[in-house]
Amino acid sequence: MILLEALYVAPPALTAQAPILAIVIPLLGACAAALAPSARTAWVISVAAAIFGAWMALAVAGEVMREGVLVYVLGGFNPPMGIALRIDAMGALMGLLIGGVGTLAAVFSGHSLVAEVRAEKHTLFQAGFLLCQAGLVGLVFTGDAFNAFVFLEVSSIGTYALVAVGEKRDRRALPAAFNYLIMGTVGATFYVIGVGFLYAATGTLNMADMAARLATLDQSTVVQAGFAFIIAGLGVKAAMFPLHGWLPGAYAGGPSLISVLLAATATKAAIYLMVRFMFEVFPQGSAFGQAFLTWGLAPLAAAGAIVCSIQAVFARELRRMIAFSSVAQVGFIFLGISLASADGLSASLFYMVAHGLMKATMFMALGALALNIGARRLDDFAGVAREAPWTAVAFAVGAASLVGTPLTMGFLAKWGLIEAAITSGQVWIAVVIAAGSVLTVIYVGRMIEVIFFRVPLPGAPRAKEAPIGVLAPLLVLAGLSIWFGLDASLPEQLAQAGAARLFEVRP
Amino acid sequence: MNTGELLILLVLGLPLFAAAVIYAVGRMPDVRETLTLVSCIALAVVAISIFVRVGQGQPPELMVTQPVPGLSIAFRAEPLGALFAVMASVLWGVNSLYSIGYMRGRREPNQTRFYMCFAIAMFGVMGIAMAANLFTLFVFYEVLTFATYPLVTHAGTPAARRGGRIYLITLVGASVLLLLPGIVGVQAVAGSTSFVAGGLLAGRVDAVVGSVLLLLLVFGAAKAALMPLHGWLPAAMVAPAPVSALLHAVAVVKAGVFTVLKVSAYIFGPDLISFLPAATWILWVGAATIVIASLVAMKKDDLKARLAWSTVGQLAYITSAAMLPMASGLVAGGLHMVFHAVAKITLFMCAGAIYVATGASRVSEMGGLGRRMPWVFTAFLVASLGIIGLPPMAAMWSKLLMMTAAFETGHWVFAAALVASSLLGLVYLLPIAFRGLFPPLGGPAAREFVRPGGTPGTAVFAVCAGAAGCVVLFFVADALANYLAPIRAVTIMEGAP
Amino acid sequence: MTWLASHFNYVVVVILMMAGLFIVFSSGNLIKRMIGLAMFQTSTGLFYITLSKVSGGTAAITLKADSETGRALAAPLDPAYVAQFGVDGVVYSNPLPHVLILTAIVVGVATLAVGLAIAVRVREAYGTVEADEIDALSRVAAEQAEPAP
Repeated sequence: MILLEALYVAPPALTAQAPILAIVIPLLGACAAALAPSARTAWVISVAAAIFGAWMALAVAGEVMREGVLVYVLGGFNPPMGIALRIDAMGALMGLLIGGVGTLAAVFSGHSLVAEVRAEKHTLFQAGFLLCQAGLVGLVFTGDAFNAFVFLEVSSIGTYALVAVGEKRDRRALPAAFNYLIMGTVGATFYVIGVGFLYAATGTLNMADMAARLATLDQSTVVQAGFAFIIAGLGVKAAMFPLHGWLPGAYAGGPSLISVLLAATATKAAIYLMVRFMFEVFPQGSAFGQAFLTWGLAPLAAAGAIVCSIQAVFARELRRMIAFSSVAQVGFIFLGISLASADGLSASLFYMVAHGLMKATMFMALGALALNIGARRLDDFAGVAREAPWTAVAFAVGAASLVGTPLTMGFLAKWGLIEAAITSGQVWIAVVIAAGSVLTVIYVGRMIEVIFFRVPLPGAPRAKEAPIGVLAPLLVLAGLSIWFGLDASLPEQLAQAGAARLFEVRP
Repeated sequence: MNTGELLILLVLGLPLFAAAVIYAVGRMPDVRETLTLVSCIALAVVAISIFVRVGQGQPPELMVTQPVPGLSIAFRAEPLGALFAVMASVLWGVNSLYSIGYMRGRREPNQTRFYMCFAIAMFGVMGIAMAANLFTLFVFYEVLTFATYPLVTHAGTPAARRGGRIYLITLVGASVLLLLPGIVGVQAVAGSTSFVAGGLLAGRVDAVVGSVLLLLLVFGAAKAALMPLHGWLPAAMVAPAPVSALLHAVAVVKAGVFTVLKVSAYIFGPDLISFLPAATWILWVGAATIVIASLVAMKKDDLKARLAWSTVGQLAYITSAAMLPMASGLVAGGLHMVFHAVAKITLFMCAGAIYVATGASRVSEMGGLGRRMPWVFTAFLVASLGIIGLPPMAAMWSKLLMMTAAFETGHWVFAAALVASSLLGLVYLLPIAFRGLFPPLGGPAAREFVRPGGTPGTAVFAVCAGAAGCVVLFFVADALANYLAPIRAVTIMEGAP
Repeated sequence: MTWLASHFNYVVVVILMMAGLFIVFSSGNLIKRMIGLAMFQTSTGLFYITLSKVSGGTAAITLKADSETGRALAAPLDPAYVAQFGVDGVVYSNPLPHVLILTAIVVGVATLAVGLAIAVRVREAYGTVEADEIDALSRVAAEQAEPAP
């Protein structure tokens, strides 16, 4: 809280427009970057736009902590006819995550692009990256269901193209990107169909208005069909088991920067939208919704957590291992959501932020290593810690947070989930989380053992410590996992405020 | 900042600072060793100050941070913890002295890493000893696990790595699967994890929930090597002798049984333990562990393996004692923790001394060596008597207290296990010393020294200090028992965090 | 039969949706998958437009007062009222879903463009656009990259 107020020093004029500026500036930056004469200029534009966007997200978060809910009407057309941005604590938290990780990724991209992307594509890459940022921030800020689709697709189309760009390093990025595109588009189209059903039932697209009108309609099959389509569609985007098939390929094939972005933000934004629909738009306490959560979401999430953890244990390539791990962690998050309580949701939101930070750290560390070595398989990373100690330590911090080592944010996140599960009486969820944690320890242990305790292979290319331009954002990310492990007041407050708001409105 | 807070900061900060300094002066072995010893002495002084203050009724306490509301990293000394801290710091000093002799005698590589990890492990131990709540204890418990892993795999051989892997998997697996959910469960039920005199959960849980939590917490503390989670202890014998001494006597296993004792005394409390069925089950498992471990120890020819299985059995003494109704076994358990530590560290140091001097690691090879290494084998004899529990060794008192408590509460099985284990101890420990000192006439000649001069002097000195400790403790056992008496308190004290 | 007739559009929507999805998931050829995807997206367009049609509604363009229909409707009304408010009693179809689907069409076109671009690059990198051949090539490459044990 104090940190927020200390950092937020934007003049009032900017604050009033902060929500839209957080979206528009990266968008304009994308155009500018596309027209930039050189890769370096494009990078500077990218960093500047990302920093500005993050600053605006901070301003929004500050406003939200003061006012409760921030509503920004676009073009002066009031909802429900017009489109409005509506940001509460949950949206502010997501905005901070996206802005923060985006800025660090932008700084990181200066060096990482040189190694992983063809030289002639750098300016377009930065443009695409900023488009993704704009789309993601818009997604978490908007209050209109169809507007959410538009921003969802703006960011997703950007990521499809950006994943494909990784083909310089590994041509499997191309079929992976294509697969991602197909599945992502199917998901988004399902979402649109769902919104269509809801529109047919309520006559409005504004989420708050929809919520009011749906309060009495939860038995209607139109509404239930809409709900099903929306959840299925967003489930694909969020890599909910078993709709996660696109994820390992996309994370492993794309450039490290994109893996950082995808792992930390894109799936989380889709989960955010799912939570909005499940607990705010749809009437709470409806039998249908409750049945879905207990009998649909929870078993699928548990299955995803266990199955994908096992797949991670047996994976050969390091990035695929981390990708499977991501699906498993998303399963944990959904387990917390399926509890349908303020505690569970707040724990899940906190876990989302923790997971975003830890995976971003791990992928960025791998990207730092990829500057010098092209290793893909886990065994090829043997002994890297000797040559690139700082990078390895940052990776270890991210891995420690993933395992749930005390004093990291990941530990507090796991604790919160287990406690929420026990207080809700769903002890089996706590058991699943504990079992998944043991599996996590196994594959993380493998990673740490190879990176720290093995002798480097003879004849393998030597890794080098990354330049400061790459080390700085990496160490900041790693540091955040530890900072929030010791003093988690900032994300904790936002997560709890967000969850409380969603669960207090309905009687 | 008052003196109490300063003392806690010192007791935690000294080992950590020592670790950093050891790393910095790694290239100057003599400076490094001196610094280690100085830190040991300083830590012992601080720990004794805390011990004294607790005895006077002014327990030092310190609150560090609250990551989220409801969870805090806080420290508060109480009798059991203060005793543990003193024991650990003094034995760290003895062990360091011994390590200097051992490591130099064998010209072991990576000595800086060795001493540094030792210091970090002591940081973990002090944190465990001073923890004011289960959350803090858990944090430092994990620090200890990870700090001792490089020590276990010190040799770097595939066998060492395999041992290290079993070590890590068992301990971390039990922590994550059992201990952590147990702690979260306590938090969920009671709203905090603080150690409260009389038991945090007293009156808050029924028999079922309480039993589940007890099982999770006791088996989750796999460092206490209760069967079936004991496998890591024999596997960790691939470590060099000073590490084994540390593991078995100073830090790791003692942290495990310390956790069990604290949980029994301050989380469940005497009243609650008395009527939880799980406590009786654990008692039976403990009794079985005692007997089985003693039987297996008899069969082992490798000396360190034999000692390891002996430790498994001895630890089960303490765990079972902690489960006795009305907390009658708590004081005995606390005392045994200390007495066993001193005796075991002496035994391990002897084993290492023999290995350094002659290269012998199997009991069958040690016939007649006592003539060449009289000090070492005499110390071994003294410490063996300490383990078995014969007067004038301190462990006699703790065993006596345990047996009395077992008879009083009607747990005949536990008492029988204690007796059986003592008898078996006679069989598997005494012959080693006797055959060494008084070899049968006409038997094979004793081994030659592989290291000229036999065992290094500092190692012998440390060994003798350990043996002397066994005897000295006999005389202070009563005072210590009185010191520990408050942990059986039934009333809730005011001002618990 | 009458149900079919009255819900004809929705039936077509479902048929197109299923056909599109089937092609996406069963076809091995990348281009064909894009075609299936386009069919799938078209079906949602048809869905929205069907939602927008109001029974008895005319096109969503405001009726001018001096057209045929306009004059016929304006006849019974007060001229001053007509001058201020325009012609009353006209039922328009809902224009909003049309707008939404225009947006969705744009998104669909963009997706199609990116997808085809990726397919072109796949052709360049792998020499084929058949999914099973690409899989085989990737697997072979992955196995060749492994050093012999």
